[in-house]
Amino acid sequence: MIRMLLALFLFALPAQAQERFITVASTTSTDQSGLFGHLLPRFQAATGIAVRIVALGTGQALDVGRRGDADVVFVHDKPAEDRFVAEGFGVERIQVMYNDFVVIGPKADPARIKDLKDVTEAFRRVQRAGAPFVSRGDRSGTHAAELRYWQEAGVRPAGAWYREVGQGMGPALNTAAAMNAYILADRATWLNFRNRADLDVLVQGDERLFNQYGVILVNPQRHAHVRVEMGRTFIAWLVGPDGQRAIADYKIGGEQLFFPNAQAAANRS
Amino acid sequence: MSNDLWQAFSAAAGLVSAGDAKLFAIIFLSLQVSLLAVAIAALIGLPLGALIALRHFPGRSGVVVVLNAMMGLPPVVVGLLVYLLLSRAGPLGPLGLLFTPAAMVIAQAILILPIVAALARQIVEDSWREYRDLLSSLGARPAQAVATLLWDTRFALVTVVLAGFGRAAAEVGAVMIVGGNIDGVTRTMTTAIALETSKGDLPLALGLGFVLVATILAVNALAAALKRAAER
Repeated sequence: MIRMLLALFLFALPAQAQERFITVASTTSTDQSGLFGHLLPRFQAATGIAVRIVALGTGQALDVGRRGDADVVFVHDKPAEDRFVAEGFGVERIQVMYNDFVVIGPKADPARIKDLKDVTEAFRRVQRAGAPFVSRGDRSGTHAAELRYWQEAGVRPAGAWYREVGQGMGPALNTAAAMNAYILADRATWLNFRNRADLDVLVQGDERLFNQYGVILVNPQRHAHVRVEMGRTFIAWLVGPDGQRAIADYKIGGEQLFFPNAQAAANRS
Repeated sequence: MSNDLWQAFSAAAGLVSAGDAKLFAIIFLSLQVSLLAVAIAALIGLPLGALIALRHFPGRSGVVVVLNAMMGLPPVVVGLLVYLLLSRAGPLGPLGLLFTPAAMVIAQAILILPIVAALARQIVEDSWREYRDLLSSLGARPAQAVATLLWDTRFALVTVVLAGFGRAAAEVGAVMIVGGNIDGVTRTMTTAIALETSKGDLPLALGLGFVLVATILAVNALAAALKRAAER
């Protein structure tokens, strides 16, 4: 009886079996910047395939792919992506686009890093000044990049000034705004972020702040249920002329957020 | 602060008066998921609570303590357990339920089942103390006694079910993990609030919060009206 009712209830939920869709595990930066809101309707109009985005940190998104809970992962941490493919969870990593990281900090700038062109020098100065720095601390692509910069700066980030919040980009920015702290952020999320308080972009343009995104089909040999055809269609569209143009077209306040570079990769290899 | 509140109120009013279709779809999904979850929890939890109230069995007091403690189940832990259960790599993976509304219903039902069962147990037990002799002298079988006592305490049990509903409609930890906050598919009021908060749009997030509270209020007002009608 109860089981029957349960079946009835579950059946009453929005029917979804008919819709052609894939699930893509991606990052908060691509989702919350509004990029997917711009790309996906175009993709669906062209192919009839709906894309369901689960937005997480890169580490978590790759875990979702590992467990077979997504058909495609679309993330930004090359070493972790290469590992994902090497372990046999993904078919192939294909580069799609890049944006960049920026170092955000209080306008008063107690560590005096404004307009530096060297991110590692900026990080060293923050540590030397003992100025509060908020770290994502969540194994995301941005967190991985931040840890690389500390390593290159020769600084072990630890102490009362270094606050690991274990949260996504937005919540971490909220924390930094409340603490008037320094933080590493991707430009797209920053431009979409409303609660800026007294924070501003202080360091940008260092080549090392380059942030590459890659897309990977989850390996159907590991997870037989992966929607291979639709997943391949999505990837092909992203790196093809239509997808690349749509990425370049996406702007906030006249500023382009993501720079397509799939073709460049193909030429190089 | 008062300025922030005002902005949130006007954001909420703007959303509702604009008749934003997306907002209503999200409210509808939230209601659907939480009401289904509370229905399942009530169907299982009320008889279960009554049964524990009436029956004497070894370890009963331990069971009651555990059941009461489970009222404090952290939503994020329930979410993780259901995630691991429904994940493709998990035992129920082949059903393909992860990141669907059904997964959210399951997680919320598990979350509030102990609340419904534990509170029903206490209420029915109090009533049982009063009617035990009468029911025994009538020779009522346990199933009949359970049914009689549940009916007798129905008005108190409505409040129990409303407590369960409130918990379900308000939680974000479980639905975020098992639903994935997918736009147009598994985005509920609470996950939408979390999303707007992380975008730093605090007035909109708080405005959505007001809409959610108003929705829960409406459900409770409806329940109160039904209760009054039934009492007459």
